[in-house]
Amino acid sequence: MNVKSSVKDRQMLEGQYGDAAKLAMSILVRMAEVYGTTELIDVTQAHVDSCALLSDSNLEFAETLLERGGRVSIPTTLNMIPLDLQNWKRLGVPEKFAVKAMRLATAYTDMGCVPTWTCAPYQGYLTPRFGQQIAWGESNAVVYANSVLGARTNRYGDFLDICAAITGRAPKAGLHLKENRKGQLLLRLVDIPPKLQEEESFYVALGHLMGNLVQDKVPVIEGLPVRATDDHLKALGAAAASSGAVALFHAIGVTPEANTLEEALQGSHPERIIDVQSSDLKAAWSDLSTAAEGEKLDVVILGCPHFSFAEFQQLAQAIEDLGGGPRHPTCRMLILTSQTSYSLLQRSDFVDPLTDFGVEIVLDTCMFHTPIIGPETKVVMTNSGKCAYYAPGHLDVQVAFSSLRDCICSAIAGVVCREESLWKVS
Amino acid sequence: MESVLNGRSVVPGSAEGVAVVSTQPISFWGGLDPQTGTIIDRRHERCGEIITGKVFVFPRGKGSSTASAVLLESIRLGTAPAAIINTHVDPILALGAIVAEELYHKTVPVVVLSQEDHATIRDGDCLVIDPDGTIEITAVRTNENP
Repeated sequence: MNVKSSVKDRQMLEGQYGDAAKLAMSILVRMAEVYGTTELIDVTQAHVDSCALLSDSNLEFAETLLERGGRVSIPTTLNMIPLDLQNWKRLGVPEKFAVKAMRLATAYTDMGCVPTWTCAPYQGYLTPRFGQQIAWGESNAVVYANSVLGARTNRYGDFLDICAAITGRAPKAGLHLKENRKGQLLLRLVDIPPKLQEEESFYVALGHLMGNLVQDKVPVIEGLPVRATDDHLKALGAAAASSGAVALFHAIGVTPEANTLEEALQGSHPERIIDVQSSDLKAAWSDLSTAAEGEKLDVVILGCPHFSFAEFQQLAQAIEDLGGGPRHPTCRMLILTSQTSYSLLQRSDFVDPLTDFGVEIVLDTCMFHTPIIGPETKVVMTNSGKCAYYAPGHLDVQVAFSSLRDCICSAIAGVVCREESLWKVS
Repeated sequence: MESVLNGRSVVPGSAEGVAVVSTQPISFWGGLDPQTGTIIDRRHERCGEIITGKVFVFPRGKGSSTASAVLLESIRLGTAPAAIINTHVDPILALGAIVAEELYHKTVPVVVLSQEDHATIRDGDCLVIDPDGTIEITAVRTNENP
């Protein structure tokens, strides 16, 4: 092999650490060449997305590793799985599908992964540290880990995540290296009304626009409010990693590698400076919707990425502010979340208002990966840029994107209604 | 017109097929249905088109990290493109092709060309790809059969 390797790497390749480690290392070595490097580095944590999609090849890959004695060598969390393990029967998932999904989940837990089953692992167990070298899959988790936490990972695809988890190694390339983390494009927020900047949908619109503009470059955002919450940054990153291939962004004064513009750019000049105005954001906001105003609404989807405890809190408050509901009898409200956030929710006093409103809470999974939205569903609404981006192709539906408040109002009315006044350019 | 382009062979292999050319990036997850080989991203200019057995020519991947799993499944099912030609190395797509070789001993070559060379490939061109990254444009398509 052309890749410089440690004694242990070579022993893995020769099979001295078992056949699973041999397969994992041979994939890793080939991938190092793809990344254009001749070296591997140690990684000390992994987040595995390979458990998310139920396909025969995914199952075969996982069970092959397990049968060959695969075992993770570093702390490894798991992305969502294609099943709500507690509620799948009630949700109408066919048993044949469920059995296969459980096999996929079990293969990974049997290899020693932690059953976190969430696409927002940064809001749960084993949050990576600043500067920590990690190997993460799941595009929204990657951008959050790099940008908000300052941990270091490339945008690893399914299979490389588990190969890194088994071997504890990753290609020494890309965002593992400081010099590749410098900002390349400068996005200046000009003239954005302060009230708009408090809106969650502002972050989604910005993320959607940013992904389209920068693709796989590293953008630096100047002018993002310092009070941006973790959930705002989660929404921004998830949208940017859907419309583009963004794996790292800096926001001056907000994210840890961008205390100043100079720091974010590592002393260099940006390749391009782009001024982002309210009208650009308005266009991005509109671009996320395909459904028309007033159309009959079938499902509101919240929790893409998985809903946090703080988001449940906001939802309960907003429902109370809007009179408590309930939702329209023909419009479901699905909330996707992790067991971790759900446990916190159960200790709170807003379980009853949410139940009274008529929400359905779905655990451990994703509406794109588990069959819980049937062909009778024609129109969905969401406050998530990622969900809005993928829903038309994946669920064969029309989608309306707007704020949490608009999602609640629409669920009560049973039709799409959006408060566009916030987005009017004054 | 016949011409030869020299690219970087990211996943080496031999293939031939008719070019399906797009200037837009795509996420295979949410963008390609592995059961049918059809592009399903409604935002993509080639939405609705079947790319099975074609040489899919586009700048780069984007979006989901599950794209590698979608490519793997499409290779298993025989619905995958014959080859992929990009302007940027996309490790996620390369990974799907590499795992397919390990699991199923099937190769979908991935080649990266300079933007200038990439831009010379026309929709419908017949392409022959060699393991060293050489791409021969043998004929411009004149009828519906590849």
